[in-house]
Amino acid sequence: MISVYYFGAIALVLIGLYAILVKKNLLKILIGLSIMETGVNLLLISIGYVSGRSAPILSEGIGPSQAVDPIPQALVLTAIVIGVATTAMALSVAMLIYEKYGTLNIEEIRRLRG
Amino acid sequence: MMKRLLAIILLLIVGYWLAQGLAGVPFGQDKMLVGQYYLDNVKQQTGAVNAVTAVVVNYRGFDTLGEVTVLFIASTGVGALLWKRKKKRSAKTEGSIVLTTGTRLLVPFVMLFGTYIFIHGHLTPGGGFPGGATIATAFLLLYLAFITYEIPHRGFEKTEGLAGMGYVLVGLIGLAIGGYFLFDWIWQTWNFGTENVGRLLSGGFIPIIYTIIGIKVGTELSGIIDGMIKEEVSE
Repeated sequence: MISVYYFGAIALVLIGLYAILVKKNLLKILIGLSIMETGVNLLLISIGYVSGRSAPILSEGIGPSQAVDPIPQALVLTAIVIGVATTAMALSVAMLIYEKYGTLNIEEIRRLRG
Repeated sequence: MMKRLLAIILLLIVGYWLAQGLAGVPFGQDKMLVGQYYLDNVKQQTGAVNAVTAVVVNYRGFDTLGEVTVLFIASTGVGALLWKRKKKRSAKTEGSIVLTTGTRLLVPFVMLFGTYIFIHGHLTPGGGFPGGATIATAFLLLYLAFITYEIPHRGFEKTEGLAGMGYVLVGLIGLAIGGYFLFDWIWQTWNFGTENVGRLLSGGFIPIIYTIIGIKVGTELSGIIDGMIKEEVSE
């Protein structure tokens, strides 16, 4: 059974890839990268999902046999944090580029100037 | 135009390849191997109700230490990239009355909510990373509303370092008591909170570690905001 998450994850990855390939503004490229990352995270989470079961928080009425797989969720938690860290680094590099060249258009900053 | 067409063709190829590759993966079916073991034993072994936090802090605590290190390196990297000799905030316009009044009202509650998220990490969805991010949004609000606001740098840097050392210290105490790094001595040796699993005072060292992580992430993300929002001033 192919779920809706499958199409959603692929669509998000493709939207992000389109932004990276076509857009000329550096900030838009970074936004595309973030969208792509969201798609990959959604894919991992939905692979761990078991239909009809609830979140892996064992409370009343939810035993070990009624919960979904906790490991993809824990891994995606790690991936989100790493994504925030890399996005912060990329944004600060973009700020430096803007200070040096006065533009964020990648066609104008293609050649490195001394 | 040509570039856009080429991009769309490439997207179609990549999309077909992804769809083809993922068509063999069964969605929504039970295929747990290790996960079922964690779910079966999480209450007895860690005392946590939330299995995700137990995996992050107990079963993969070393991994989380590496994750905190990555965040620390990123924060240091942003600081190094945006380092200036003389830095000051160069915002010209004061925040509007809605923003300033809303900030005055909301900041304590945003901080309280972040604290709630990381203290209750072993019971409800959440934990140190989302809680710390929520606290950092409170500082972002302060930065947006008041043009002269600055975080207390010295205190923040010391808190960040102390929180990082606290995590390693908790792990080393476990090494001394139980024989391996990040051994959950509060749960395994003292049996603290055995009778009230599912309440606040349980979960072994998960609340302690998540408090440390929450403080560290909150101060680090506030430091990143501070580094990005300031500009060089020429004398």
